[in-house]
Amino acid sequence: MFKKDLTSSSKSKVKSSAQRAIRARILETYPLLEPHIDTILPKKDQLELVKLPDRVSLYTLNNVPLFFQHMDDAILPHLTLVHKYPDCFTRLRIDRGAIRFVLSGATLMAPGLTSPGGRLPGDEQDGEGRYGREELEAGEVVVIEAEGKENACFVGVLKMGTAEMKKVKKGQACEAGHYLGDGLWGLQFG
Amino acid sequence: MADAAPAGPKQVVYCGVCSLPPEYCEFGGTVKKCEEWLKEHHPEMHSKYYSAEAIEQNMSALSVDAQKRAEKDAQKKAAKAATAEARAQEQRATSKVVIKRIERNKRKYVTAVQGLEHFGLDIKKCAKDFGKKFATGSSVTKIPGGGDEITVQGDLSDDILDFILATYKSVPEDNVDCIEDKKKKAAG
Ligand SMILES: [Zn+2]
Repeated sequence: MFKKDLTSSSKSKVKSSAQRAIRARILETYPLLEPHIDTILPKKDQLELVKLPDRVSLYTLNNVPLFFQHMDDAILPHLTLVHKYPDCFTRLRIDRGAIRFVLSGATLMAPGLTSPGGRLPGDEQDGEGRYGREELEAGEVVVIEAEGKENACFVGVLKMGTAEMKKVKKGQACEAGHYLGDGLWGLQFG
Repeated sequence: MADAAPAGPKQVVYCGVCSLPPEYCEFGGTVKKCEEWLKEHHPEMHSKYYSAEAIEQNMSALSVDAQKRAEKDAQKKAAKAATAEARAQEQRATSKVVIKRIERNKRKYVTAVQGLEHFGLDIKKCAKDFGKKFATGSSVTKIPGGGDEITVQGDLSDDILDFILATYKSVPEDNVDCIEDKKKKAAG
């Protein structure tokens, strides 16, 4: 999604009615953020919109990027926000071998998740249920963590349900998203 | 699952060189520099991520074949980063600061300075510095063909040269040229 470097374009203020709608949309998509929403997006603070290429809207607050959205698709969290509240998102894990592909902007493929180092919902080795127990459907937003790493490296939308992934063990797992070191990550503000 | 008191945001350290969380530095092309930075700024994280044990563990998670490919990839990335660095350095080396003495009227001169921006300097700030140092008018003007130059009132070429070399250490002496822009000589 952001393979190319981005240059910061002008910011505009988000109208308060729109800001309320965005807040509601965020909570609808990420209900676990509820206890933190007033810290992330205080009601009185002015949310700002940065228009990015290819009809992507990025929402920032005091020059801190929070969420972005392509047209009217799912609203996705910026990875710095994911790093702050890792437990509030639906997570999966890729094996170590897949990391460098993801970090170079390649499409996330199912084997990276189905291999022994990867984690999908209901994994026997995931005793604490960090990666969930219920299967996920295509279209759901997932944060991708990595084997041996503490912080997430990717956020995107599932292209294939996790049950299907376990069955076929191949094909594209996620739509293009936002990864560590991409243009969105490197964007400078202020 | 739901805790009564929400835990505050987790503080994540980001690498001062490549901007990623330091655990991901190994996938960029600047590992060496990243490691040095981490050692200096977060020694406890450095010993965690760069211990022989950690590196071995990282390696054992990959098949021999994948290790080879990853290594090749890392080398390519490092080479890319190195060329980018070299290019930036070369640009710095070949860029010139030009100090030009321009005759305005008979015996009245202005001094124009171009190219300071190539050395990581803020032109506007430099113009202010000149104005203060020499107690004279100093302003930034656009030059045809793009870019900015600083125009200082008075014949100050030599003084400005000394001042630049003394004040802005990033500008090497060999990269500064002093030239004189004479009015077209009268025929003859
Ligand atoms: Zn780094």
